Amino acid sequence: MPHDHHEHLSPSGHPFRADNDGPLTYWQAMEIAVRELLIEKGVTTAAEIMRQIDTMDARTPSNGAKVVARVWTDPEFRAAMQTDASQATREMGYDIGPMKLIAVENTDALHNVVVCTLCSCYPRNLLGLPPDWYKSRAYRSRTVREPRRVLTEFGVNLPEDVEVRVHDSTADMRYIVIPARPAGTDGWNVDALAALVTRDSMIGTGLPKAAECD
Amino acid sequence: MTDMTAPFDGRRWHDMGGDIAGPIPDASHDFALWEKRVDALMIICSSKGHFTVDGLRRVLEDMPPSSFEEMSYYERWIASITQNLIEDGVFTTSELGQRITDVKQRGTTYGEAADA
Repeated sequence: MPHDHHEHLSPSGHPFRADNDGPLTYWQAMEIAVRELLIEKGVTTAAEIMRQIDTMDARTPSNGAKVVARVWTDPEFRAAMQTDASQATREMGYDIGPMKLIAVENTDALHNVVVCTLCSCYPRNLLGLPPDWYKSRAYRSRTVREPRRVLTEFGVNLPEDVEVRVHDSTADMRYIVIPARPAGTDGWNVDALAALVTRDSMIGTGLPKAAECD
Repeated sequence: MTDMTAPFDGRRWHDMGGDIAGPIPDASHDFALWEKRVDALMIICSSKGHFTVDGLRRVLEDMPPSSFEEMSYYERWIASITQNLIEDGVFTTSELGQRITDVKQRGTTYGEAADA
């Protein structure tokens, strides 16, 4: 399943879609009305809304990938992530907000996967906005019921002896998966390593790209 | 879908972890401008104390189960944001109704209607 990034997709990993030329819907009219009233009442400004959109657009899985690559290469940072991932990523310069972030590491014997059964909680400060499937009834319902089957649908086929651990996020507590470092990457620098880290590998529904051998 | 005739089992419709469901949908989309604006309004209004993420979720979870099938994610969000802002006294239902009427008169597409 093409859940990960491809060259023909937008920076957020989705197909481009026209957004301004469809028929006006009731809810779009409500968004326009609410936004205008908020500006007129002095709650916010058009510039502030644009800045917030820019901030959110700038949050892409490449942020999380840099965190993962540093965990792979910096033992002190890895320890800091295990102790307090919110603080460790904040010190890396990411605005993590007040939420509690927990990093869960995959090993040869353990595979972690993240879900939000109640809604759509996601480490958006590190990965950007969640993909549609993350918010779907199927993913929310089934990931805690039959995680191995769900992973198989994503193309992740784990040996039976690998434990699968599912983490259910909340609004205040979110998880990021630290995938296992791919074999054959000894001595790689953090940028080269980060390029192997996919969005889905940090949710647990994917694996990092393999090191390519020429 | 939630069976509305079944006795209440202690879980509301949003509490869907463990339910039986179909394949994970493959389709995804890049967020439209109006959706990004809804997201931004949530962050801004909550950061300024007009309501909290719990307020957002309260209204979402009070929606009927059919809303999950019939409304998109950010449609549910703008409905909830609006309800919370009315409760907070930021604007009234009549102000909102009048403005929606005005917006609709500007044009038939989002682009036309968004240009005040």
